[in-house]
Amino acid sequence: MTRASRGSAIVMTLYLLFLLVPIYWLVNMSLKTNAEITGTFSLWPRTPTLANYRVILTDPSWYMGYVNSLIYVVMNTALSLAVALPAAYAFSRYRFLGDKHLFFWLLTNRMAPPAVFALPFFQLYSAVGLFDTHIAVALAHCLFNVPLAVWILEGFMSGVPREIDETAYIDGYSFPRFFTRIFMPLIASGIGVAAFFCFMFSWVELLLSRTLTSVNAKPIAATMTRTVSASGLDWGVLAAAGVLTILPGALVIWFVRNYIAKGFALGRV
Amino acid sequence: MDKPVNNRAWLLVLPVLVLVAFSAVIPLMTVVNYSVQDTFGNNQFFWNGLGWFQEVLESDRIHAALGRQLLFSAIILAIEIPLGIFIALNMPKRGFWASLVLVLMALPLLIPWNVVGTIWQVFGRVDIGLLGHTLAAMGIDYNYVNDPLDAWATIIVMDVWHWTSLVALLCYAGLQSIPDAYYQAARIDQASRWGVFRYIELPKMAGVLLIAVLLRFMDSFMIYTEPFVVTGGGPGNATTFLSIDLVKMAIGQFDLGPAAAFSLIYFLVILLISWVFYTVMTAQRETP
Repeated sequence: MTRASRGSAIVMTLYLLFLLVPIYWLVNMSLKTNAEITGTFSLWPRTPTLANYRVILTDPSWYMGYVNSLIYVVMNTALSLAVALPAAYAFSRYRFLGDKHLFFWLLTNRMAPPAVFALPFFQLYSAVGLFDTHIAVALAHCLFNVPLAVWILEGFMSGVPREIDETAYIDGYSFPRFFTRIFMPLIASGIGVAAFFCFMFSWVELLLSRTLTSVNAKPIAATMTRTVSASGLDWGVLAAAGVLTILPGALVIWFVRNYIAKGFALGRV
Repeated sequence: MDKPVNNRAWLLVLPVLVLVAFSAVIPLMTVVNYSVQDTFGNNQFFWNGLGWFQEVLESDRIHAALGRQLLFSAIILAIEIPLGIFIALNMPKRGFWASLVLVLMALPLLIPWNVVGTIWQVFGRVDIGLLGHTLAAMGIDYNYVNDPLDAWATIIVMDVWHWTSLVALLCYAGLQSIPDAYYQAARIDQASRWGVFRYIELPKMAGVLLIAVLLRFMDSFMIYTEPFVVTGGGPGNATTFLSIDLVKMAIGQFDLGPAAAFSLIYFLVILLISWVFYTVMTAQRETP
Protein backbone atom coordinates (compact mmCIF):
# COMPACT_ATOMS: atom_id res chain seq x y z
CA MET A 1 0.00 0.00 0.00
CA THR A 2 1.39 3.39 -0.94
CA ARG A 3 1.31 6.29 1.48
CA ALA A 4 -1.36 8.16 -0.47
CA SER A 5 -3.76 5.23 -0.60
CA ARG A 6 -3.25 4.52 3.11
CA GLY A 7 -4.17 8.15 3.78
CA SER A 8 -7.32 7.73 1.71
CA ALA A 9 -8.25 4.59 3.58
CA ILE A 10 -7.90 6.41 6.91
CA VAL A 11 -10.02 9.35 5.70
CA MET A 12 -12.74 7.05 4.40
CA THR A 13 -12.73 4.93 7.55
CA LEU A 14 -13.16 8.00 9.73
CA TYR A 15 -15.92 9.38 7.52
CA LEU A 16 -17.84 6.10 7.40
CA LEU A 17 -17.53 5.77 11.18
CA PHE A 18 -18.99 9.26 11.52
CA LEU A 19 -21.90 8.21 9.28
CA LEU A 20 -22.55 4.84 10.85
CA VAL A 21 -22.14 5.42 14.59
CA PRO A 22 -25.41 7.39 15.02
CA ILE A 23 -27.25 4.71 13.01
CA TYR A 24 -25.62 2.00 15.12
CA TRP A 25 -26.81 3.77 18.24
CA LEU A 26 -30.40 3.67 16.95
CA VAL A 27 -30.15 -0.05 16.15
CA ASN A 28 -28.56 -0.65 19.54
CA MET A 29 -31.44 1.12 21.30
CA SER A 30 -34.06 -0.74 19.31
CA LEU A 31 -32.78 -4.06 20.68
CA LYS A 32 -32.93 -2.97 24.33
CA THR A 33 -35.76 -2.79 26.82
CA ASN A 34 -36.78 0.63 28.06
CA ALA A 35 -35.41 -0.21 31.50
CA GLU A 36 -31.99 -0.88 30.02
CA ILE A 37 -32.07 2.27 27.85
CA THR A 38 -32.82 4.66 30.69
CA GLY A 39 -31.29 2.68 33.54
CA THR A 40 -27.82 1.71 32.38
CA PHE A 41 -25.50 3.08 29.77
CA SER A 42 -24.29 0.23 27.56
CA LEU A 43 -22.54 0.25 24.21
CA TRP A 44 -24.34 -2.90 23.11
CA PRO A 45 -27.56 -4.54 24.33
CA ARG A 46 -26.85 -6.79 27.34
CA THR A 47 -30.08 -8.73 26.93
CA PRO A 48 -31.03 -8.31 23.25
CA THR A 49 -34.77 -8.38 22.69
CA LEU A 50 -36.98 -8.16 19.64
CA ALA A 51 -39.98 -7.06 21.71
CA ASN A 52 -39.90 -3.53 20.27
CA TYR A 53 -40.14 -4.88 16.73
CA ARG A 54 -42.93 -7.22 17.77
CA VAL A 55 -44.96 -4.25 19.01
CA ILE A 56 -44.73 -2.61 15.59
CA LEU A 57 -45.24 -5.65 13.40
CA THR A 58 -48.31 -6.89 15.26
CA ASP A 59 -50.19 -3.59 15.63
CA PRO A 60 -52.03 -2.37 12.50
CA SER A 61 -51.92 1.27 13.63
CA TRP A 62 -48.13 0.94 13.45
CA TYR A 63 -47.48 -1.22 10.43
CA MET A 64 -50.19 0.39 8.30
CA GLY A 65 -48.03 3.51 8.47
CA TYR A 66 -45.37 1.70 6.45
CA VAL A 67 -47.96 0.43 3.99
CA ASN A 68 -49.41 3.92 3.54
CA SER A 69 -45.99 5.44 2.98
CA LEU A 70 -45.04 2.80 0.44
CA ILE A 71 -48.36 3.19 -1.43
CA TYR A 72 -48.06 6.92 -1.97
CA VAL A 73 -44.34 6.73 -2.71
CA VAL A 74 -44.89 4.14 -5.45
CA MET A 75 -47.85 6.10 -6.84
CA ASN A 76 -45.80 9.27 -6.90
CA THR A 77 -42.86 7.58 -8.62
CA ALA A 78 -45.08 6.09 -11.34
CA LEU A 79 -46.95 9.35 -11.89
CA SER A 80 -43.81 11.49 -11.98
CA LEU A 81 -42.10 9.22 -14.50
CA ALA A 82 -45.19 8.90 -16.70
CA VAL A 83 -45.50 12.66 -17.22
CA ALA A 84 -41.78 13.44 -17.12
CA LEU A 85 -40.71 10.99 -19.85
CA PRO A 86 -42.50 12.66 -22.81
CA ALA A 87 -41.72 16.13 -21.51
CA ALA A 88 -38.02 15.35 -21.11
CA TYR A 89 -38.00 13.99 -24.67
CA ALA A 90 -39.54 17.22 -25.95
CA PHE A 91 -36.95 19.33 -24.11
CA SER A 92 -34.00 17.21 -25.21
CA ARG A 93 -35.01 16.90 -28.91
CA TYR A 94 -36.91 20.00 -30.02
CA ARG A 95 -36.96 23.74 -29.76
CA PHE A 96 -40.40 25.18 -29.32
CA LEU A 97 -42.08 28.40 -28.34
CA GLY A 98 -41.11 29.27 -24.76
CA ASP A 99 -39.10 26.09 -24.10
CA LYS A 100 -36.35 27.70 -22.04
CA HIS A 101 -38.80 29.68 -19.91
CA LEU A 102 -40.90 26.60 -19.35
CA PHE A 103 -37.89 24.52 -18.29
CA PHE A 104 -36.75 27.20 -15.86
CA TRP A 105 -40.25 27.62 -14.48
CA LEU A 106 -40.45 23.87 -13.85
CA LEU A 107 -37.18 24.00 -11.93
CA THR A 108 -38.39 26.87 -9.77
CA ASN A 109 -40.95 24.45 -8.37
CA ARG A 110 -38.08 22.39 -6.99
CA MET A 111 -37.00 25.53 -5.11
CA ALA A 112 -40.41 26.12 -3.53
CA PRO A 113 -40.30 25.54 0.23
CA PRO A 114 -42.86 22.86 1.22
CA ALA A 115 -43.76 25.08 4.20
CA VAL A 116 -45.14 27.62 1.70
CA PHE A 117 -47.41 25.01 0.15
CA ALA A 118 -48.57 23.16 3.27
CA LEU A 119 -51.62 25.29 3.99
CA PRO A 120 -52.84 25.88 0.40
CA PHE A 121 -52.44 22.17 -0.34
CA PHE A 122 -54.51 21.34 2.70
CA GLN A 123 -57.28 23.65 1.52
CA LEU A 124 -57.10 22.55 -2.12
CA TYR A 125 -57.24 18.83 -1.40
CA SER A 126 -59.96 19.28 1.21
CA ALA A 127 -62.00 21.24 -1.34
CA VAL A 128 -61.79 18.52 -3.99
CA GLY A 129 -62.39 15.72 -1.47
CA LEU A 130 -58.93 14.16 -1.66
CA PHE A 131 -57.87 14.92 1.91
CA ASP A 132 -56.45 11.87 3.72
CA THR A 133 -56.02 9.79 0.55
CA HIS A 134 -52.81 8.33 -0.83
CA ILE A 135 -53.27 10.04 -4.17
CA ALA A 136 -53.31 13.47 -2.47
CA VAL A 137 -49.83 12.94 -1.04
CA ALA A 138 -48.63 11.42 -4.33
CA LEU A 139 -49.89 14.47 -6.24
CA ALA A 140 -48.45 16.92 -3.72
CA HIS A 141 -45.00 15.32 -3.94
CA CYS A 142 -45.13 15.79 -7.73
CA LEU A 143 -44.45 19.45 -6.94
CA PHE A 144 -40.77 18.74 -6.43
CA ASN A 145 -40.39 15.29 -8.03
CA VAL A 146 -41.68 16.06 -11.53
CA PRO A 147 -39.20 18.92 -12.13
CA LEU A 148 -36.39 16.74 -10.81
CA ALA A 149 -37.42 13.76 -12.98
CA VAL A 150 -37.63 15.97 -16.09
CA TRP A 151 -34.20 17.39 -15.27
CA ILE A 152 -32.56 13.98 -14.76
CA LEU A 153 -34.21 12.34 -17.78
CA GLU A 154 -33.38 15.27 -20.04
CA GLY A 155 -29.72 14.84 -19.08
CA PHE A 156 -29.71 11.13 -19.91
CA MET A 157 -31.72 11.59 -23.13
CA SER A 158 -29.38 14.26 -24.45
CA GLY A 159 -26.62 11.67 -24.24
CA VAL A 160 -28.39 9.51 -26.88
CA PRO A 161 -27.47 10.64 -30.43
CA ARG A 162 -30.38 12.00 -32.43
CA GLU A 163 -29.45 9.86 -35.46
CA ILE A 164 -31.08 6.93 -33.66
CA ASP A 165 -34.47 8.71 -33.67
CA GLU A 166 -34.13 9.67 -37.31
CA THR A 167 -33.13 6.16 -38.41
CA ALA A 168 -36.10 4.68 -36.57
CA TYR A 169 -38.53 7.10 -38.20
CA ILE A 170 -37.09 6.29 -41.64
CA ASP A 171 -37.58 2.60 -40.85
CA GLY A 172 -41.26 3.36 -40.39
CA TYR A 173 -41.58 3.36 -36.60
CA SER A 174 -44.43 5.47 -35.25
CA PHE A 175 -43.53 7.79 -32.34
CA PRO A 176 -45.15 5.75 -29.53
CA ARG A 177 -43.67 2.49 -30.85
CA PHE A 178 -40.22 4.04 -31.26
CA PHE A 179 -40.41 5.59 -27.81
CA THR A 180 -41.40 2.45 -25.92
CA ARG A 181 -39.52 -0.19 -27.97
CA ILE A 182 -36.27 1.56 -28.80
CA PHE A 183 -35.80 4.76 -26.86
CA MET A 184 -36.82 3.73 -23.36
CA PRO A 185 -34.51 0.68 -23.27
CA LEU A 186 -31.66 2.98 -24.34
CA ILE A 187 -32.14 5.24 -21.34
CA ALA A 188 -33.11 2.45 -18.93
CA SER A 189 -30.42 3.45 -16.43
CA GLY A 190 -31.67 7.05 -16.55
CA ILE A 191 -35.21 5.90 -15.83
CA GLY A 192 -33.91 3.83 -12.94
CA VAL A 193 -32.03 6.79 -11.53
CA ALA A 194 -35.02 9.13 -11.90
CA ALA A 195 -37.21 6.55 -10.17
CA PHE A 196 -34.65 6.28 -7.38
CA PHE A 197 -34.71 10.04 -6.81
CA CYS A 198 -38.51 10.22 -6.87
CA PHE A 199 -38.66 7.37 -4.38
CA MET A 200 -36.05 9.01 -2.19
CA PHE A 201 -37.56 12.49 -1.97
CA SER A 202 -41.10 11.18 -1.54
CA TRP A 203 -40.03 8.70 1.14
CA VAL A 204 -38.12 11.21 3.27
CA GLU A 205 -40.62 14.09 3.06
CA LEU A 206 -42.80 14.62 6.11
CA LEU A 207 -44.24 18.13 6.25
CA LEU A 208 -46.63 17.75 3.31
CA SER A 209 -47.52 14.11 3.87
CA ARG A 210 -48.35 14.85 7.50
CA THR A 211 -50.44 17.92 6.65
CA LEU A 212 -52.47 16.09 4.00
CA THR A 213 -53.38 12.99 6.00
CA SER A 214 -55.09 12.18 9.26
CA VAL A 215 -55.92 8.46 9.59
CA ASN A 216 -56.34 6.44 6.41
CA ALA A 217 -53.19 7.48 4.63
CA LYS A 218 -51.03 8.53 7.56
CA PRO A 219 -47.33 7.96 6.80
CA ILE A 220 -45.07 6.04 9.14
CA ALA A 221 -43.01 9.12 9.92
CA ALA A 222 -46.08 10.88 11.33
CA THR A 223 -47.20 7.74 13.18
CA MET A 224 -43.86 7.76 14.97
CA THR A 225 -44.08 11.29 16.29
CA ARG A 226 -47.68 11.03 17.47
CA THR A 227 -47.50 7.68 19.24
CA VAL A 228 -44.40 8.73 21.06
CA SER A 229 -45.88 11.94 22.38
CA ALA A 230 -49.10 10.16 23.41
CA SER A 231 -47.65 7.21 25.30
CA GLY A 232 -44.83 9.02 27.06
CA LEU A 233 -41.33 8.13 25.98
CA ASP A 234 -41.21 4.63 24.60
CA TRP A 235 -37.61 4.89 23.40
CA GLY A 236 -37.25 1.27 22.35
CA VAL A 237 -40.28 1.26 20.05
CA LEU A 238 -39.33 4.68 18.67
CA ALA A 239 -35.87 3.35 17.80
CA ALA A 240 -37.29 0.17 16.25
CA ALA A 241 -39.69 2.21 14.10
CA GLY A 242 -36.78 4.39 13.01
CA VAL A 243 -34.69 1.36 12.04
CA LEU A 244 -37.59 -0.01 9.99
CA THR A 245 -37.84 3.28 8.05
CA ILE A 246 -34.17 2.95 7.05
CA LEU A 247 -34.59 -0.53 5.54
CA PRO A 248 -36.59 0.32 2.35
CA GLY A 249 -34.07 3.01 1.45
CA ALA A 250 -31.16 0.63 2.00
CA LEU A 251 -32.82 -1.96 -0.27
CA VAL A 252 -33.40 0.58 -3.03
CA ILE A 253 -29.79 1.79 -2.86
CA TRP A 254 -28.56 -1.77 -3.21
CA PHE A 255 -30.49 -2.16 -6.48
CA VAL A 256 -29.17 1.02 -8.09
CA ARG A 257 -25.64 0.91 -6.63
CA ASN A 258 -23.95 0.64 -10.04
CA TYR A 259 -25.68 3.73 -11.39
CA ILE A 260 -25.66 5.73 -8.22
CA ALA A 261 -22.61 7.88 -8.96
CA LYS A 262 -23.74 8.84 -12.46
CA GLY A 263 -27.26 9.22 -11.14
CA PHE A 264 -26.28 11.68 -8.46
CA ALA A 265 -24.78 13.83 -11.20
CA LEU A 266 -28.26 13.76 -12.78
CA GLY A 267 -26.94 12.23 -16.01
CA ARG A 268 -24.80 15.25 -16.76
CA VAL A 269 -21.28 13.90 -16.65
CA MET B 1 -26.14 20.38 -33.04
CA ASP B 2 -29.14 22.64 -33.54
CA LYS B 3 -32.38 21.12 -32.42
CA PRO B 4 -35.23 21.36 -34.93
CA VAL B 5 -38.04 23.77 -34.15
CA ASN B 6 -41.26 21.88 -33.59
CA ASN B 7 -44.14 23.50 -31.76
CA ARG B 8 -46.04 20.21 -31.62
CA ALA B 9 -43.55 19.24 -28.90
CA TRP B 10 -45.87 21.22 -26.65
CA LEU B 11 -48.19 18.21 -26.76
CA LEU B 12 -45.51 16.13 -25.06
CA VAL B 13 -45.08 18.73 -22.35
CA LEU B 14 -48.81 19.10 -21.80
CA PRO B 15 -49.22 16.36 -19.12
CA VAL B 16 -46.51 17.97 -17.01
CA LEU B 17 -48.18 21.35 -17.39
CA VAL B 18 -51.58 20.05 -16.30
CA LEU B 19 -50.11 18.25 -13.31
CA VAL B 20 -47.91 21.12 -12.18
CA ALA B 21 -50.76 23.56 -12.71
CA PHE B 22 -52.82 21.52 -10.27
CA SER B 23 -50.07 20.96 -7.71
CA ALA B 24 -48.25 24.31 -7.94
CA VAL B 25 -50.11 27.08 -9.74
CA ILE B 26 -53.47 26.74 -7.97
CA PRO B 27 -51.94 26.60 -4.46
CA LEU B 28 -49.61 29.47 -5.30
CA MET B 29 -52.56 31.56 -6.48
CA THR B 30 -54.29 30.82 -3.16
CA VAL B 31 -51.23 32.20 -1.41
CA VAL B 32 -51.24 35.32 -3.58
CA ASN B 33 -54.92 35.72 -2.87
CA TYR B 34 -54.44 35.61 0.90
CA SER B 35 -51.45 37.91 0.79
CA VAL B 36 -53.50 40.90 -0.37
CA GLN B 37 -56.64 40.36 1.72
CA ASP B 38 -57.69 40.60 5.34
CA THR B 39 -60.54 38.88 7.14
CA PHE B 40 -62.73 39.26 10.21
CA GLY B 41 -63.59 35.56 10.12
CA ASN B 42 -66.65 33.94 8.53
CA ASN B 43 -64.85 33.76 5.20
CA GLN B 44 -65.45 37.47 4.67
CA PHE B 45 -62.40 38.85 2.94
CA PHE B 46 -61.59 42.38 1.92
CA TRP B 47 -58.78 43.99 0.00
CA ASN B 48 -55.75 44.89 2.05
CA GLY B 49 -53.35 45.95 -0.71
CA LEU B 50 -49.69 45.57 0.16
CA GLY B 51 -50.26 45.98 3.90
CA TRP B 52 -49.15 42.46 4.80
CA PHE B 53 -46.02 42.74 2.71
CA GLN B 54 -45.12 45.93 4.48
CA GLU B 55 -45.75 44.32 7.84
CA VAL B 56 -43.58 41.32 6.98
CA LEU B 57 -40.77 43.43 5.56
CA GLU B 58 -40.69 45.52 8.73
CA SER B 59 -41.09 42.64 11.18
CA ASP B 60 -38.13 42.21 13.53
CA ARG B 61 -39.10 38.60 14.15
CA ILE B 62 -38.82 37.73 10.46
CA HIS B 63 -35.62 39.73 10.03
CA ALA B 64 -34.11 37.68 12.86
CA ALA B 65 -35.30 34.41 11.30
CA LEU B 66 -33.91 35.45 7.91
CA GLY B 67 -30.58 36.34 9.51
CA ARG B 68 -30.38 32.95 11.24
CA GLN B 69 -31.33 31.23 7.99
CA LEU B 70 -28.66 33.01 5.95
CA LEU B 71 -26.03 32.25 8.58
CA PHE B 72 -27.09 28.60 8.69
CA SER B 73 -26.97 28.13 4.90
CA ALA B 74 -23.60 29.91 4.72
CA ILE B 75 -22.10 27.65 7.40
CA ILE B 76 -23.57 24.55 5.75
CA LEU B 77 -22.15 25.44 2.33
CA ALA B 78 -18.77 26.41 3.83
CA ILE B 79 -18.44 23.02 5.53
CA GLU B 80 -20.18 20.58 3.21
CA ILE B 81 -18.79 21.68 -0.17
CA PRO B 82 -15.05 21.49 0.72
CA LEU B 83 -15.57 18.39 2.88
CA GLY B 84 -17.56 16.72 0.10
CA ILE B 85 -14.81 17.41 -2.44
CA PHE B 86 -12.19 16.11 -0.01
CA ILE B 87 -14.14 12.89 0.63
CA ALA B 88 -14.73 12.38 -3.10
CA LEU B 89 -10.97 12.61 -3.76
CA ASN B 90 -10.37 9.89 -1.19
CA MET B 91 -13.07 7.43 -2.29
CA PRO B 92 -11.91 4.12 -3.78
CA LYS B 93 -12.19 4.20 -7.58
CA ARG B 94 -13.38 0.68 -8.45
CA GLY B 95 -14.04 -2.79 -7.19
CA PHE B 96 -16.07 -4.20 -4.32
CA TRP B 97 -14.95 -1.54 -1.85
CA ALA B 98 -16.13 1.22 -4.15
CA SER B 99 -19.65 -0.27 -4.30
CA LEU B 100 -19.78 -0.84 -0.56
CA VAL B 101 -18.59 2.69 0.24
CA LEU B 102 -21.17 4.14 -2.19
CA VAL B 103 -24.03 2.22 -0.59
CA LEU B 104 -22.98 3.12 2.96
CA MET B 105 -22.53 6.76 2.05
CA ALA B 106 -25.97 6.99 0.44
CA LEU B 107 -27.62 5.54 3.55
CA PRO B 108 -28.25 8.82 5.46
CA LEU B 109 -29.83 10.33 2.33
CA LEU B 110 -32.71 7.84 2.37
CA ILE B 111 -33.67 8.16 6.01
CA PRO B 112 -36.94 10.10 6.51
CA TRP B 113 -36.10 13.56 7.76
CA ASN B 114 -37.88 13.29 11.07
CA VAL B 115 -36.04 10.02 11.75
CA VAL B 116 -32.79 11.90 11.07
CA GLY B 117 -33.97 14.38 13.68
CA THR B 118 -34.86 11.58 16.08
CA ILE B 119 -31.48 9.86 15.63
CA TRP B 120 -29.62 13.04 16.56
CA GLN B 121 -32.03 14.02 19.28
CA VAL B 122 -31.36 10.68 20.98
CA PHE B 123 -27.65 10.60 20.08
CA GLY B 124 -27.03 13.99 21.68
CA ARG B 125 -28.91 13.37 24.93
CA VAL B 126 -26.66 13.39 27.94
CA ASP B 127 -28.52 10.56 29.71
CA ILE B 128 -29.06 8.00 26.94
CA GLY B 129 -27.13 9.25 23.88
CA LEU B 130 -23.62 8.18 22.98
CA LEU B 131 -22.53 11.68 21.89
CA GLY B 132 -23.99 13.53 24.85
CA HIS B 133 -22.76 10.89 27.29
CA THR B 134 -19.24 10.91 25.86
CA LEU B 135 -19.01 14.71 25.91
CA ALA B 136 -20.28 14.77 29.49
CA ALA B 137 -17.75 12.10 30.49
CA MET B 138 -15.01 14.27 28.98
CA GLY B 139 -16.16 17.08 31.24
CA ILE B 140 -17.69 19.22 28.49
CA ASP B 141 -20.84 21.00 29.53
CA TYR B 142 -23.00 20.10 26.57
CA ASN B 143 -26.79 20.53 26.50
CA TYR B 144 -28.57 21.22 23.24
CA VAL B 145 -31.90 21.87 24.95
CA ASN B 146 -30.77 24.89 26.99
CA ASP B 147 -27.67 26.21 25.33
CA PRO B 148 -28.19 28.00 21.97
CA LEU B 149 -24.61 27.39 20.87
CA ASP B 150 -24.87 23.64 21.55
CA ALA B 151 -28.20 23.55 19.73
CA TRP B 152 -26.61 25.18 16.68
CA ALA B 153 -23.62 22.85 16.82
CA THR B 154 -25.89 19.80 17.02
CA ILE B 155 -27.99 20.91 14.06
CA ILE B 156 -24.97 21.75 11.93
CA VAL B 157 -23.23 18.44 12.69
CA MET B 158 -26.53 16.68 11.94
CA ASP B 159 -26.83 18.41 8.57
CA VAL B 160 -23.20 17.63 7.73
CA TRP B 161 -23.89 14.00 8.63
CA HIS B 162 -27.07 13.98 6.57
CA TRP B 163 -26.00 15.72 3.36
CA THR B 164 -22.20 15.74 2.88
CA SER B 165 -22.51 12.40 1.09
CA LEU B 166 -24.68 14.03 -1.59
CA VAL B 167 -21.92 16.54 -2.37
CA ALA B 168 -19.28 13.79 -2.26
CA LEU B 169 -21.26 11.48 -4.57
CA LEU B 170 -21.81 14.29 -7.07
CA CYS B 171 -18.09 15.17 -7.10
CA TYR B 172 -17.19 11.49 -7.32
CA ALA B 173 -19.32 11.21 -10.46
CA GLY B 174 -17.45 14.20 -11.89
CA LEU B 175 -14.06 12.64 -11.04
CA GLN B 176 -15.02 9.32 -12.64
CA SER B 177 -15.48 11.06 -15.98
CA ILE B 178 -11.83 12.14 -16.17
CA PRO B 179 -9.87 9.91 -18.61
CA ASP B 180 -6.67 8.30 -17.27
CA ALA B 181 -4.73 10.04 -20.05
CA TYR B 182 -5.15 13.36 -18.23
CA TYR B 183 -3.43 12.00 -15.13
CA GLN B 184 -0.66 10.42 -17.23
CA ALA B 185 -0.04 13.74 -18.93
CA ALA B 186 0.12 15.45 -15.55
CA ARG B 187 2.65 12.86 -14.34
CA ILE B 188 4.84 13.46 -17.39
CA ASP B 189 4.71 17.20 -16.68
CA GLN B 190 5.57 16.41 -13.04
CA ALA B 191 2.55 18.35 -11.86
CA SER B 192 2.12 18.67 -8.10
CA ARG B 193 -0.89 17.12 -6.32
CA TRP B 194 -2.31 20.61 -5.98
CA GLY B 195 -1.72 21.29 -9.69
CA VAL B 196 -3.60 18.12 -10.65
CA PHE B 197 -6.49 19.18 -8.45
CA ARG B 198 -6.54 22.80 -9.58
CA TYR B 199 -6.16 22.32 -13.34
CA ILE B 200 -7.64 18.86 -14.01
CA GLU B 201 -10.01 17.76 -11.27
CA LEU B 202 -11.64 21.02 -10.25
CA PRO B 203 -12.57 22.15 -13.80
CA LYS B 204 -14.01 18.69 -14.51
CA MET B 205 -16.11 18.92 -11.37
CA ALA B 206 -17.42 22.41 -12.11
CA GLY B 207 -20.69 21.17 -13.61
CA VAL B 208 -21.59 18.81 -10.78
CA LEU B 209 -20.39 21.31 -8.19
CA LEU B 210 -22.93 23.78 -9.54
CA ILE B 211 -25.67 21.20 -8.99
CA ALA B 212 -24.30 20.42 -5.52
CA VAL B 213 -24.16 24.05 -4.45
CA LEU B 214 -27.65 24.77 -5.78
CA LEU B 215 -29.22 21.68 -4.18
CA ARG B 216 -27.50 22.22 -0.85
CA PHE B 217 -28.38 25.90 -0.81
CA MET B 218 -32.04 25.33 -1.65
CA ASP B 219 -32.53 22.47 0.77
CA SER B 220 -30.67 24.07 3.67
CA PHE B 221 -32.65 27.25 3.12
CA MET B 222 -35.91 25.28 3.29
CA ILE B 223 -34.90 23.12 6.27
CA TYR B 224 -37.82 22.37 8.55
CA THR B 225 -38.27 18.84 9.85
CA GLU B 226 -34.84 18.04 11.28
CA PRO B 227 -34.34 21.10 13.54
CA PHE B 228 -38.03 20.99 14.42
CA VAL B 229 -37.63 17.46 15.79
CA VAL B 230 -34.32 18.13 17.55
CA THR B 231 -34.91 21.53 19.13
CA GLY B 232 -38.42 22.62 18.12
CA GLY B 233 -36.88 25.99 17.14
CA GLY B 234 -35.48 26.58 20.60
CA PRO B 235 -33.98 27.31 23.02
CA GLY B 236 -36.04 30.48 22.79
CA ASN B 237 -35.94 31.29 19.10
CA ALA B 238 -32.29 30.37 18.62
CA THR B 239 -32.93 27.74 15.94
CA THR B 240 -36.21 29.08 14.51
CA PHE B 241 -35.41 29.11 10.81
CA LEU B 242 -37.67 30.58 8.15
CA SER B 243 -39.75 27.46 7.50
CA ILE B 244 -40.30 26.81 11.20
CA ASP B 245 -41.40 30.40 11.69
CA LEU B 246 -43.67 30.21 8.65
CA VAL B 247 -45.40 27.02 9.75
CA LYS B 248 -45.86 28.49 13.24
CA MET B 249 -47.48 31.54 11.70
CA ALA B 250 -49.64 29.81 9.09
CA ILE B 251 -50.81 26.66 10.85
CA GLY B 252 -50.14 27.46 14.51
CA GLN B 253 -51.55 30.98 14.71
CA PHE B 254 -53.53 30.86 11.45
CA ASP B 255 -52.38 34.37 10.48
CA LEU B 256 -53.16 33.76 6.83
CA GLY B 257 -52.41 37.22 5.44
CA PRO B 258 -48.95 37.76 6.94
CA ALA B 259 -48.07 34.08 6.42
CA ALA B 260 -48.96 34.33 2.72
CA ALA B 261 -46.98 37.53 2.21
CA PHE B 262 -44.10 35.90 4.10
CA SER B 263 -44.35 32.81 1.83
CA LEU B 264 -44.07 34.84 -1.35
CA ILE B 265 -41.11 36.85 -0.10
CA TYR B 266 -39.43 33.63 1.11
CA PHE B 267 -39.89 31.99 -2.30
CA LEU B 268 -38.53 35.08 -4.09
CA VAL B 269 -35.44 35.17 -1.85
CA ILE B 270 -34.68 31.51 -2.73
CA LEU B 271 -35.15 32.19 -6.45
CA LEU B 272 -32.96 35.28 -6.29
CA ILE B 273 -30.06 33.64 -4.42
CA SER B 274 -30.23 30.51 -6.63
CA TRP B 275 -30.08 32.74 -9.68
CA VAL B 276 -27.04 34.58 -8.30
CA PHE B 277 -25.20 31.28 -7.62
CA TYR B 278 -26.07 30.03 -11.09
CA THR B 279 -24.93 33.21 -12.82
CA VAL B 280 -21.69 33.55 -10.88
CA MET B 281 -20.69 29.89 -11.20
CA THR B 282 -21.47 29.59 -14.91
CA ALA B 283 -19.74 32.90 -15.66
CA GLN B 284 -16.55 31.55 -14.06
CA ARG B 285 -16.68 28.47 -16.20
CA GLU B 286 -16.81 30.45 -19.43
CA THR B 287 -13.75 32.53 -18.57
CA PRO B 288 -11.03 29.99 -17.66
